[in-house]
Amino acid sequence: MAPRQHTAGLTQSLTGRRIAITGGTAGLGLALVREFLDRGADVAFVARGSAGVVRVTQELPRAHGIIGDLAKKDDIHRIALQVLGALGGVDVLINNASDLGPTPLQPLADTDCEDFERALATNVLGPFRLTKALLGSLAANARENGGAVVLNISSDAARTPYPQWGAYGASKAALHHLTRIWEQELANTRIHFLSVDPGDMDTAMHAAAIPDADRSSLKRPEVAARELADAVTAALPELSHHATLQARA
Amino acid sequence: MPLPRHCLSCHTTRLFRPGHDRDLRTGEVAGRLRARGAPMNAASQAIQRSHDAKLLVIRRGGAIEHWPRSALVDLLEPGDLLIANDAATLPASLPGIHVSTGRSIEVRLAGRRSLEPTDVGRFLAVIFGTGDFRTRTEDRPPPPLLTPGDRIQLGPLQASIESLEDHPRLVQLRFDGSAAEIWSGLASHGNPIQYAHVRQPLALWDVWTPIAGPAAAFEPPSAGFVLSWSVLSAMARKGVEFATLTHAAGISSTGDPDLDARLPFDEPYRIPAYTADAVARAKERRARVIAVGTTVVRALEDAAQSEGRVKAGTGLSTRKIGPTTRLRIIDALVSGTHERGTSHYELLRAFAPSRTLDQMENQLELHGYRTHEFGDSILVEKATARPL
Repeated sequence: MAPRQHTAGLTQSLTGRRIAITGGTAGLGLALVREFLDRGADVAFVARGSAGVVRVTQELPRAHGIIGDLAKKDDIHRIALQVLGALGGVDVLINNASDLGPTPLQPLADTDCEDFERALATNVLGPFRLTKALLGSLAANARENGGAVVLNISSDAARTPYPQWGAYGASKAALHHLTRIWEQELANTRIHFLSVDPGDMDTAMHAAAIPDADRSSLKRPEVAARELADAVTAALPELSHHATLQARA
Repeated sequence: MPLPRHCLSCHTTRLFRPGHDRDLRTGEVAGRLRARGAPMNAASQAIQRSHDAKLLVIRRGGAIEHWPRSALVDLLEPGDLLIANDAATLPASLPGIHVSTGRSIEVRLAGRRSLEPTDVGRFLAVIFGTGDFRTRTEDRPPPPLLTPGDRIQLGPLQASIESLEDHPRLVQLRFDGSAAEIWSGLASHGNPIQYAHVRQPLALWDVWTPIAGPAAAFEPPSAGFVLSWSVLSAMARKGVEFATLTHAAGISSTGDPDLDARLPFDEPYRIPAYTADAVARAKERRARVIAVGTTVVRALEDAAQSEGRVKAGTGLSTRKIGPTTRLRIIDALVSGTHERGTSHYELLRAFAPSRTLDQMENQLELHGYRTHEFGDSILVEKATARPL
């Protein structure tokens, strides 16, 4: 792998930062877990499948794996409790877990309501609920360290009405709008809400959506993860020496 | 700025009428006898911010006023510093089995020595016999005879009793497994501690305040239910400063008089540097420091004990605050409506003389205030004069 080329000014270590990532066992989520661990952060990730969580924690023993389903209301506080338990608090929440809706993709007229509901639960309500559950910790850490970040993974389908992407596109459009409203409403808290489209990536989700895509034209998830980590780092103020030492202690 | 003084219940503007609302010598209120210490109505619904919640205000001169709780921000002044406890509440009630007897028990986690997320191996715990929150704690059967070394199965969690703490139901409990396994077990198997006055089983979202952060409290720091993000925004617009600390709020009742007399147990806390700085700045500008919750009083007064100023960092509040405590930091307290005989009520005596608290009790009952964690609130300013 080519050596890391961080943009000037964004090479700041994330030592002492506590990052929670949903959907952390595959694709972009797993790449984000690796990227933030590489940058020195404490990372907790969430995924539905216990086998995937066990596999990733065996490979990356510094990461805290949590089993939970963002689409289930009853799971949200249990996930939040374990995130807070594992990390002690949260500086960065990345709502990455996504549901594509029906696969193969379907026009809206052929989309089952249940598939749409599941996409909305995973892509909109789940991030809303988890953000709300962790908001106190994010705000406290923003007061203490000067900033906190919620990064919601968006898509070009949030802006462009692609046929057959109705459930996914509408849910990602809602998430994008939700992010902008969070940012407006909590402007005085120093919690920054980012909605970023990582681009078309070579992931299992993309393959499920477009099985015959030319993979060579797709972005590697680790490249997208690096760009997103740069965006998060840019939104966080430098940790004071004191705070870093405290976090290490 | 003069504010209207209006009573929600009796629609008068002269709110407290000494010697009229209640004859303090006889306890006679509005033509009927009030049993001293008679319980108020318990709030039985798990609603954190009821639209009709009330706020009884005790001014520093002893005057009592009635406000809608939604008017809290109106009662604050630019420059005030409001400090709340941001502890999230643990699912600290764990049903399980006492392995050697096979009998069902309920373990209520009640204390630990630090707030470190990895320090979850050992807890102080109160153990009940069979049953659950639907039975009043004072009516709960005792657990089987407990001895050190006893094994306990709590769903996916296993634990041992390390020692008894001078009481047959109070133990040091040690969990098997890693911190991650313990957190996972608590998340999947534990429920919020609750009492019979709330009939529906509580979920974590019922007991986490809007500002809940570190998972540290054994029961909700429920004074914080008064807060919402809209209230925080309104405070910021008004120039009221807001800060938090984390205090492991303990259990409020065990149902056992001997154990209840030992409450609150020692409670760890953490005061962030910015909060300590905010207190120092408030003191410098002679602004009021207002605690949201008795745990904030305990933490800040403990942290100021040695040097008279709040030190940032971690600590363990071990002192009981009562009528003889001289408050160094806190000027006012937002709290629930506490009943006589509880440790929370004793803490109020550091703020106001007995005569004023007698009047408060009278007014709370007369105006139908609801008690317990989902009940109404009080705002008590520290008395300017010592008790009469």
